[in-house]
Amino acid sequence: MIEALGLHKAFGVVKAVDGVSFVARDGEITGLLGPNGAGKTTTLRMLYTLMKPDAGSVLVDGIDVARDATAVRRRLGVLPDARGLYKRLTARENIDYFAQLQGLDAASGRARADALIAALDMTDIADRRTEGFSQGQRVKTAIARALVHDPGNVILDEPTNGLDVMATRAMRAFMRRLKDEGRCVLFSSHIMQEVGALCDRIVVIARGRVVADASPAALLAETGATSLEDAFVAVIGSEEGLAA
Amino acid sequence: MTGIALKPMLVVFLKEVRENLRDRRTVLNTLLTGPLLAPVIFALIINGVVARELDKADKPLPVPVIGAEYAPNLIAALKQQNIVIKDAPSDPERAVREMDADLVLSIPKNFADSWRRGEPAQVELIYDASQRDAQGSVGRLRGALESYSQRTGALRLLARGLSPTSMQPVVVADRDQSTAQTRSGTLFAMLPYFFILGAFIGGMALAIDTTAGERERQSLEPLFVNPVSRSRILLGKLAATSAFALTSVLLGIIAFSLVGRVLPTEKLGMTLEIGPHFALLTMFVMLPLVFLIATLQTLAAAFAKSFREAQTYLSLLMFVPAVPTMLLSLFPVKTETWMYAVPLMGQQITITRLMRGDAVTAEQLGLCFVCTTTAALLVYAMTAAIYRGERLAIST
Repeated sequence: MIEALGLHKAFGVVKAVDGVSFVARDGEITGLLGPNGAGKTTTLRMLYTLMKPDAGSVLVDGIDVARDATAVRRRLGVLPDARGLYKRLTARENIDYFAQLQGLDAASGRARADALIAALDMTDIADRRTEGFSQGQRVKTAIARALVHDPGNVILDEPTNGLDVMATRAMRAFMRRLKDEGRCVLFSSHIMQEVGALCDRIVVIARGRVVADASPAALLAETGATSLEDAFVAVIGSEEGLAA
Repeated sequence: MTGIALKPMLVVFLKEVRENLRDRRTVLNTLLTGPLLAPVIFALIINGVVARELDKADKPLPVPVIGAEYAPNLIAALKQQNIVIKDAPSDPERAVREMDADLVLSIPKNFADSWRRGEPAQVELIYDASQRDAQGSVGRLRGALESYSQRTGALRLLARGLSPTSMQPVVVADRDQSTAQTRSGTLFAMLPYFFILGAFIGGMALAIDTTAGERERQSLEPLFVNPVSRSRILLGKLAATSAFALTSVLLGIIAFSLVGRVLPTEKLGMTLEIGPHFALLTMFVMLPLVFLIATLQTLAAAFAKSFREAQTYLSLLMFVPAVPTMLLSLFPVKTETWMYAVPLMGQQITITRLMRGDAVTAEQLGLCFVCTTTAALLVYAMTAAIYRGERLAIST
């Protein structure tokens, strides 16, 4: 479970995140939706310990990030906005590196990597150097690397960004699988369809604040809109930065 | 979980080494360019110097002469000194300036008249004092002219019944205290620079790749999400950078020892002390310096916003070790103990003295080691502070 409690973060005079609170529960997919520049990535960066909030706190499985960031990192699997791989290493070596950094021994690391390589359908590319990988192959490798330590909580920053239709479908199926395994899945997106199709809960962020936090059905009911798209526009207050 | 998990620092170290060993350019720089720099440049210089010295001493000296016909006796005397008389160029001043000729001897028309009247007969030596290469030739010709002049003077005195020694109330005897090694001082002052430069070249690729490169490729953010403190990650990266630089330096010392053996240094009367003693003590003082350089390079690379910017910073950084080298070769001051405490300068002096076979005391070696280590730790603390900062990881 991931809890954000009153998060604030400013860069100079720009308030990127201005009081964000929500809860992402285990066995659910929580979608963080908002236009570009709404503060999604900054919020996620605070959740996965890369940035310190100016105010507010983050709890992962009840552990305060400010108190024990290392313990939180063991419980988090993160696909950041930056997905750089080591291009002179093979996909498997990329995954192994993170397994070792997570403190896994060689045998459990290999077993876990094999399982992920099979689950992500990337057996054919596992032993190729990642230089020249397609966007989809890169994202798969980055996800396998992020989940190699079998974390209970998964944070994905725009996981389908840049993927083609087939890869996007595969990614959504994989996210449902993570949910079915009982994990807490939190992902950000600016694509409404995706969020509507996947999420148990939608947190809408605009201008650094939470403007809605509900299930897709409740969101429709709340706004009185007939489609999710209209509902989003209603809560955000403008159509700026949203993609259908 | 079963089995033993590797320590994070070691994990980072091994990954950086493996990844960079797969980069052909990095390997080439570490194993070839860095190590070969010192021996190759030294070999070139020594061979150049040897060839020049041998050239000057034994070979006939060609001298273009204007008006050779006015002083046939003088010309004959010069020829006996293994000087070959050549036709003069039409514009002697220009020929000397353009380095077409080292020097030109000009004998004026009235030479014979002055000679017969017993007046000082003047000849002109046209040369360019700023051409160091020509100094040997000028010296030889001047010597030949003066000895001819003295011989003739002595004969004239004898003809008048005087002793030639009455013309020499004071006689100076030279007792030069320089040794072959000290005479080639500039040469020796330059050499340590190339060892230090080897360390710079050996570590450069990794310092950039592990910091600015990793950030530019956007892999620093995922890396930092692992449950490993950033200082551990930094230490692993520094260890990998130092390992490459150290390999470079070690290979450089080995290559230099081998090249030093086959170089004709004895023809210059120089003896090089480049045995195991030299190699061992050089490695000892270079060890903290390699870590200092690796840390400095990483610090500079961490400041850079991109790979290219990092390359620019690190190239500029390479000029830093040239400063003590230039100071020491321009102002050859007496070696004071405090100089061992200055990183770069300490190594510079130590290597120079070791190579010359001069003594370096244990205290001086220790001072050099401890002070450079302290400087390295200071720079490490600064780099670690940058690493802890939020901005480092954010690539976009």
